[in-house]
Amino acid sequence: MDYEFLWRPVFQALPQLLKASLVTIEVSILSMAIGLVIALFLFFARDSNVWFARFFANIWIEIARNTPALFQLFFFKFGLGAIGIIIDSYITVVMALAFNTAGYMAETFRGGFKAIPNSQLNSARSLGMTFVQAQCYVVIPQVLRAVWHPMTNQFIWVMLLTSLGMLVGLRELSGETQFLYSKTFRAFEFFAVTALIYYCIAKLMLLLFRLIAWRLFRGQ
Amino acid sequence: MAINVFSELQPKDLLFLGEAALRTLEISLTAIGIGSVFGAIFGWMMSEGNRIVTFIINAILDIFRSVPLIIQLILFDSFISIAGYPLPAFVSGTIVLSVYTAALVANVARGGVEAVPASLRRASRSLGLSYWQDLRYIVWPVGLRAVFPSWIGVALSVVKDSALVSVIGYVELLKASQILITRTQDTFVILTIAGLFYFALSYPISKASEYIERRWNQ
Repeated sequence: MDYEFLWRPVFQALPQLLKASLVTIEVSILSMAIGLVIALFLFFARDSNVWFARFFANIWIEIARNTPALFQLFFFKFGLGAIGIIIDSYITVVMALAFNTAGYMAETFRGGFKAIPNSQLNSARSLGMTFVQAQCYVVIPQVLRAVWHPMTNQFIWVMLLTSLGMLVGLRELSGETQFLYSKTFRAFEFFAVTALIYYCIAKLMLLLFRLIAWRLFRGQ
Repeated sequence: MAINVFSELQPKDLLFLGEAALRTLEISLTAIGIGSVFGAIFGWMMSEGNRIVTFIINAILDIFRSVPLIIQLILFDSFISIAGYPLPAFVSGTIVLSVYTAALVANVARGGVEAVPASLRRASRSLGLSYWQDLRYIVWPVGLRAVFPSWIGVALSVVKDSALVSVIGYVELLKASQILITRTQDTFVILTIAGLFYFALSYPISKASEYIERRWNQ
């Protein structure tokens, strides 16, 4: 092996990499938040009496779960681009990941809601709460606890998926790494450091979610 | 006179996409096979080994679950070319995907072993079964039942994640569709077809697994 590892270019670029990881975190939080809201709507749509809502939600969930996230991203970027809808890379990545998350989380919510007996909703309604109030104050807090663990996993998953942004020209952590690599041709060094940063972000996120869970669910 | 460098989508292009879908299936099935065997071994070691063994294996496998697959692929690919042993894209893709699968399956397998009640295992041992007999005739069938749906879930996610192998140059379904797009400029149609192929691979299996899970739970 007559390859000389050169780490200096990587260390010089470290501020750029860290800045780009902020984009990664931003994109993941944004996609997760939007995805969660849509997932709730999809969950209720799936249970609704309107056949069209059911149909739409089912199609969304099945496509999101049965095609690769990369395909979904390409579809939003190049597929829509081909029929004249051209969207900025940042928004495309958020859209694709939110689409994906919504499908997976709708399925997770189904399990979570199943764990709450229907009588709770009925009692809340009979106490004079509206449907939305009953959901927000009685059912959803309990569901949140039940789905917290899968939700954490999904969040880490979304964070890792933001790396696909490099394939559509988003300068998040991977995209920035690729850009810097193309200037220096130090692929291994750059991607090794990037891998390390991803690992650290994943662990930090996990820790953060544990802390939030501890704060939210203590005494329960 | 304008020269048209693009050509229309032809029936034989569908065949091209079909072959690419087979390659997607090939690389993912290979990775699922190899990864599941190693994953099951790691899972067994984690649930039966002592704390130190469990901690070390878990920490190592966790790396593969906490770094994006695309980075793992690029890293491995650049590493083997630095080391001077360039491998065909299929081989390096299979290696990375298998390790990734093993990391995911290990957790599933661990859950499977731990899903078998300790009393059941003690009962089998006291009936005179050896450790390996207990593993083969008690833990395997009971544990497999408990985690089969999760294992299918992992397998399906590997099929989908195999789309990333295109970044190191393996022409699987998504890469093939990109090649066709470059030639025909029929982005929307081709991407839709590729999506349908993925859907056709994944949807029946996920529905079958749901059905099996329901039947077992009855």
